Amino acid sequence: MVKTSFILRGVEFRNRVLVASGTFGYGNETTSLLDASKIGGIMTKSLSWKPRDGNPPGRIVETTGGMLNSIGLANIGVHQFIDEKLPQLRNLDTKIVANIAASSVDEYADVLTLLEDQEGVVAYEINVSCPNVKEGGLNFGTSCPKTAELTRRLRPLTNRPLIIKLTPNVTHVSEFARAVADEGADAVSLINTLIGMAVDIRTRKPRLSTVTGGLSGPAIKPVALAKVYEVAQAVKIPVFGIGGIATAEDAIEFLLVGATAVQIGTMNFVDASISGKIAEGMAEYAERSNVPDLGSLVGALDANVGFSVLQSWL
Amino acid sequence: MTASPLLCSAVVRSLHETGDNIWSLILHAPLIAAHARPGQFVNVRVADSLVPLLRRPFSISRINGAELAILFNIVGPGTRLLADKRPGDIVDILGPLGRPFVIDDAYDTALIVAGGLGVAPFPFLELELHRLNKPIVSFVGARTASGLSVEGLENVREATDDGTAGRKGTVVELVAEYLDAEKPKRPKLFACGPTPMLKALREFAVNRRLLCELSLEGAMACGIGICQGCPVQRTGEGKKYALVCTDGPTFRAEEIVLS
Repeated sequence: MVKTSFILRGVEFRNRVLVASGTFGYGNETTSLLDASKIGGIMTKSLSWKPRDGNPPGRIVETTGGMLNSIGLANIGVHQFIDEKLPQLRNLDTKIVANIAASSVDEYADVLTLLEDQEGVVAYEINVSCPNVKEGGLNFGTSCPKTAELTRRLRPLTNRPLIIKLTPNVTHVSEFARAVADEGADAVSLINTLIGMAVDIRTRKPRLSTVTGGLSGPAIKPVALAKVYEVAQAVKIPVFGIGGIATAEDAIEFLLVGATAVQIGTMNFVDASISGKIAEGMAEYAERSNVPDLGSLVGALDANVGFSVLQSWL
Repeated sequence: MTASPLLCSAVVRSLHETGDNIWSLILHAPLIAAHARPGQFVNVRVADSLVPLLRRPFSISRINGAELAILFNIVGPGTRLLADKRPGDIVDILGPLGRPFVIDDAYDTALIVAGGLGVAPFPFLELELHRLNKPIVSFVGARTASGLSVEGLENVREATDDGTAGRKGTVVELVAEYLDAEKPKRPKLFACGPTPMLKALREFAVNRRLLCELSLEGAMACGIGICQGCPVQRTGEGKKYALVCTDGPTFRAEEIVLS
């Protein structure tokens, strides 16, 4: 039996595959499609203090090997989440991580404090990286001092793991990772989407109602790998690797460059059962490769060899 | 209560072009066929690759035992790949999805209103309406005669923009004329088609206080309410948007705002 689990601030996750925030609803929509006991955890849809309507239609566009979205953090708000969704989520045999998005430091703190009293939430992921809202999101995520200040404010409010979700839309994401690690964050997760755009040449209008949006999917995997590698070199805290993962092999690549675990995002839309298959595939890879613990692959990249000429590209 | 969506490997039974660029794909998908209701859709993975990435949603056009049919036009890379399918090919489909038409409320005559490929959900609906012994009149519009698809519809009245078949004009004008001439008791409209047509029909139905359900299209990634990519504006208080995939695709005319 391959060991697949990992521990974050005392919380044990059964394996290293979680589903990314905003790509799995609140976790209760897919019970006919995915057996939750196959995955390490669910990052909930971003929760804010009050419900948010989200952006007008023109929210998604398919791109080559990926998609643009501009959902705008549409969510039911933390109160309704606690009343209606969390009781159902507690019945799922996996770990629930509450993802929080807000437009002020106070709002982040209020949402987290409210969730502190709730059983069934094992950790927090703080979204400072949504590119599709005017207030909050990237306002925090692209300012290193603001991101650090937010972490400093939230850290004393909880003993649960605190994960900061970072944006790649900055010059050096590792500076942000270092700053939040210094403020006591338990982990970072990256990458959130890359800012992107698409144009309808018949109408000469942008294809998203907010003009630009967030690019995700297999198309962004190479960028995500490079960012995760950069961050894993810079900090000692665990890194959740996110960005275009579609197969177990993709996930192993993220582990090798330094991710402790991965999150599956856009591919959930294509196949809501895929995260379970990826977790199984990773265990099979370890079995085949005589790796008794997937943890031993984390950061095991052999960076001294210039490149792998044996990799088939045909 | 509708059935939970299932991921199924459907087997292609046949593919044929029934009109000018109107394709009918018949799939063997017993579990989905057994649970589907008129107005629901399937989300189809057109190829086992990452380009194109997302599934494509199609109305369930008809059910015959363990088989279901979808109708499509070739309009982009996804539908082009779908038109390459051959009998025996496996297609990964997710369904049945969405809220079906309501067929058991208070009306005496069912008026089917379809524009272009908007005929897709109606052969299935008419079959079920038959079982309820509802009189049916089908109003079908298209730009030109070759765009009309009336297979599986009964009591058909046609309209074309260019007058090459049926009445020259819109299908909404056709419906208005019928209502004024025949004055059917307690009619209910079931409509699907391009947004400008649905918008006109919505206004007509709301003004005349007619029972009317509209089946909408929307760009969507998942089809099951998790991507939140397919909002449509709601009327009234509360939430500003509904989702086409899970709150629809069928909506009562007065429930939504079309822009």
